[in-house]
Amino acid sequence: MEIVLALAIGILAGSGIYLLLRPRTFQVIMGLSLLGYAVNLFIFGMGRLRTGAAPVIDAARGSDPALYADPVPQALVLTAIVIGFATTALFLVVLLASRGLNGTDHVDGRESEKP
Amino acid sequence: MCGMLLASIILLPFLGSLCAAFLPSNARNAEAWLAGVVSLAATAIVASLYPQVAAGEVLRMTLPWAPTLGLSFDLRMDGFAWLFALLVTGMGTLVVVYARYYMSPSDPVPRFFSFFLAFMGAMLGIVLSGNLIQMAMFWELTSLASFMLIAYWHHRVDARKGARMALVVTGAGGLALLGGVLLLGHMAGGYDLDTVLAAKEAVQSHPWYPLALGLIALGALTKSAQFPFHFWLPHAMAAPTPVSAYLHSATMVKAGVFLLARLWPVLAGTDAWFWVIGGAGLCTLVIAGYLAIFQQDMKGVLAYSTISHLGLITLLLGMNSPLALVAAVFHIFNHATFKASLFMAAGIVDHETGTRNLQRLSGLYRAMPITATLAMVAAAAMAGVPLLNGFLSKEMFFAETVFLHRSDLERMFLPLAATLAGMFSVAYSLRFIHQVFFGPEAKDLPREPHEPTRWMLLPSGLLVVACVLVGVLPEFTIGSFLRTATNAILGADAPAYSLAVWHGLNLPLAMSVTAMVGGTVLYRVFLRRTSETVPLLEPFDGKRIFDRLQVVVTTRAARLMEWLSPPGQQVQLLAVFGIALGSGLLLVFTQGMAWGVRPLTPLDPAFLLLWLIGGVCALAVAWQAKYHRLAALIFSGAAGLATSLTFVWFSAPDLALTQLAVEVVTAVLILLGLRWLPRRDERYASGRGPAATTRLRRLRDVALATVSGLGLAGVSYAVLSRPQVDGISPFFIEQSLPQGGGLNVVNVILVDFRGFDTFGEITVVGIVALTVFALLRRFRPAPESVPLPHQQREQDDPQADPAVDLSAALPSGYLALPAVLVRLLLPLAMLVSLFFLLRGHNAPGGGFVGGLVLATALLLQYIVGGTQWVESRLRIHPLTWIALGLFSAAGAGIAAWLAGAPFLTSLAWHGALPLVGEVHLSSVLLFDLGVYMLVVGSTVLMLIAIAHQSLRAHHHRKPAGERA
Repeated sequence: MEIVLALAIGILAGSGIYLLLRPRTFQVIMGLSLLGYAVNLFIFGMGRLRTGAAPVIDAARGSDPALYADPVPQALVLTAIVIGFATTALFLVVLLASRGLNGTDHVDGRESEKP
Repeated sequence: MCGMLLASIILLPFLGSLCAAFLPSNARNAEAWLAGVVSLAATAIVASLYPQVAAGEVLRMTLPWAPTLGLSFDLRMDGFAWLFALLVTGMGTLVVVYARYYMSPSDPVPRFFSFFLAFMGAMLGIVLSGNLIQMAMFWELTSLASFMLIAYWHHRVDARKGARMALVVTGAGGLALLGGVLLLGHMAGGYDLDTVLAAKEAVQSHPWYPLALGLIALGALTKSAQFPFHFWLPHAMAAPTPVSAYLHSATMVKAGVFLLARLWPVLAGTDAWFWVIGGAGLCTLVIAGYLAIFQQDMKGVLAYSTISHLGLITLLLGMNSPLALVAAVFHIFNHATFKASLFMAAGIVDHETGTRNLQRLSGLYRAMPITATLAMVAAAAMAGVPLLNGFLSKEMFFAETVFLHRSDLERMFLPLAATLAGMFSVAYSLRFIHQVFFGPEAKDLPREPHEPTRWMLLPSGLLVVACVLVGVLPEFTIGSFLRTATNAILGADAPAYSLAVWHGLNLPLAMSVTAMVGGTVLYRVFLRRTSETVPLLEPFDGKRIFDRLQVVVTTRAARLMEWLSPPGQQVQLLAVFGIALGSGLLLVFTQGMAWGVRPLTPLDPAFLLLWLIGGVCALAVAWQAKYHRLAALIFSGAAGLATSLTFVWFSAPDLALTQLAVEVVTAVLILLGLRWLPRRDERYASGRGPAATTRLRRLRDVALATVSGLGLAGVSYAVLSRPQVDGISPFFIEQSLPQGGGLNVVNVILVDFRGFDTFGEITVVGIVALTVFALLRRFRPAPESVPLPHQQREQDDPQADPAVDLSAALPSGYLALPAVLVRLLLPLAMLVSLFFLLRGHNAPGGGFVGGLVLATALLLQYIVGGTQWVESRLRIHPLTWIALGLFSAAGAGIAAWLAGAPFLTSLAWHGALPLVGEVHLSSVLLFDLGVYMLVVGSTVLMLIAIAHQSLRAHHHRKPAGERA
């Protein structure tokens, strides 16, 4: 499982980085979103992988830390997901405004000289 | 009690400054009364503390700030600080009275008095600071206040330029000072003034002593306008004259010499001190005195004379002799009295005649005899005429130059230079008085000269009386104050001295007489009518050097910026990723990399399949994002879904829920935006393949992305295969129920343990929503995006009325059926969202998820029902929801204060209610409710703002159609 997740993170990040280096704003927003998935999974993975151990205290089993998955990366990632949504929205609007203002969706606000 | 009084000395001016800022702009009298009462009250408080200070007591007040770092807000008043505080407050009172009559009714006085009082507070802060870092902070505050006051008439170019120059020079000096005091505090073992003053040996034997001395000297010399930083002060004369009298002669420029005197016990006594401080002082004394002779502006003469006298004080401080220190403190006081009075006289002349030009002014004695008399006495004190206070401190200075304990060459040179400076001083004082008040009556003045109102003369008169009284009866008037002040600095080393007018026929007296005669001859013979330029020193104009330096620095910085930051975003991002990858690889090659030994979780084929799909989707996004945006968006959503399922798989239900909800909202958001993006550029659609360079570039990016992805995968696996480290997580799991009162640990962390972070985060989300809203208010779509997209044109009945029928129960056409379903869904979705909110503390859910669910349900109404139709029915105000959410979350935090606990401590109440049964109420529910409302408000606001653009485009289209 660990190998699959690690490769998944790698593929998401690689696709994201490739898109971030592209010239069109829509490519960049997609790239950011993919890179966001990769980073969130990476941070989540810092708590190691456990199945069937959601960090919701079971009154019958008590509060032994060994019984539950690590809650700290989860709390961090939850925050990151919401902030990621907010930045995507902001970026989308900046993208639209730039497109309306400059008449192009190139990341530099103008077409490069050579097509 | 004393602590309260000390604090009120500083607080009063700052509070007064706040009040003054909010008075109406024509309230000249109210402003003056406010400022006057504040200054007078501060003066009275300072004066009332004298008995304790005179008894040798050091008054203190300490407010701990970061006690573990040894930092606190310290106020400390000894004899020296007392004398300076009295000078600042007393002079402030007099200048306020003067300013009331000086400022014209058309000037916006609130700004003036507000900054004036703020300056007074900052200056008192320097004087009363018991902590070096705190002193440096107040130091910079005075620079800021001075900047605002010099630029008070900001419509004038000279005022703006002078203010900028003063700020750059004194502000840079302040930074140097901060560095210097940090070093000093480090050497002395603490920033507390008492600690530092007691650490002379430790500091002077430390290898950093020269560096600290240099930095502190930079701060003090720039502030006190010492050579070679003197050039800012004459340009600061663009300020209103009360400001020049108060800041730029009596108080702020004295901050530099105040600091040197304050740190004298710890820094002075070395050769380095003698050459740096004494050298700067001597150069300033002579050069500024020489320059003062040639000024054509009354305030220019006074500015250079101020610089010269500050040089005298600096020189005295640099002489390493306790008696010279006494003379310096005495001269600080004397100079403030006669120079402020002269500035007031210059202001009166300017006010009543309309000019300050020495070439045009003449014979004003007849029109304004009182002003002339006051100015003459003050100028005589400046020149060092016997029976006035200037004479006494100048005699002490001459005596010190004669009895200096140094090599013969220095002992010969110093008295000569001192006498020369004395001659200059006599010459410019004489010229100042003679050209303005004597000679033939000037004819072509802009205004008819006459005496000003008596109130304007009063402050100047009081200062002149002080000059005379101190000059005639020094021991009786100033003696005890001066002794208290110098004893506070020198402690047991305080020398015995006598303040008397007559010390017998001795060498200093001979030097005084020589200076008098020489100065008079200099004026009579050479300087009756001087030219504009200064002989000899013309090429060494500090202002020109400063300007040239500024231009050079600015252009160099721009060039450096160009070099450091390439123009294209792609190049910059390439550099970012390249450097990140490079440093990662460097570590791998130098440190090596190995997998861990933790036993792997057995592979589940379903999970492998999940990520086979997810991985292909991610690659497909990269492939399709350029020309097939909708497809790319769908693929990206699929990758997000795989992520969400991974969260479920590995015991993170909260994350999975949030990811899923965010995924839906993001997809809708981007869908709404797709419509405004351009079509494929025709240039690229010609069928020819991309150019070779483009292909190469893509290949390079693919390579970089592949290596980065593999690297990240490797790092992830390296971590995942290692055993877990016990960090802070066990604490949260163990304490979740006892301290947080909730079973869902993730939620308890978010709303309770780390509630402050979450509070910051929802604030950010709210700000982003407002920014989106604001950005879109001025949105102008590209022209080719304005017509209806062809999908919309083709699916709608071309005969149908395009206007939406708002009274219809359901939208007409093919969307009627979905509309019914979606409407039925709304109450259900509301219920679900509330359910998630309420259960969040004990089971997966919470404010974020609940809010997103409700927002999604509202969104569906928009999509299916159409913007106009929904808004005619739905009464939801996203801005109100954002505000309520923030208030609710903040209220939950503040409620803790009522219980005497820190911000955001959770409060719980457990009990039974009739009918309902057992109830558990907690303030974190209020907090989570705040999160919920804010998320709903922000999400809906962003989506509506984007969705509304289609309506706006509609408005744009209409006039175009009519024209056609």
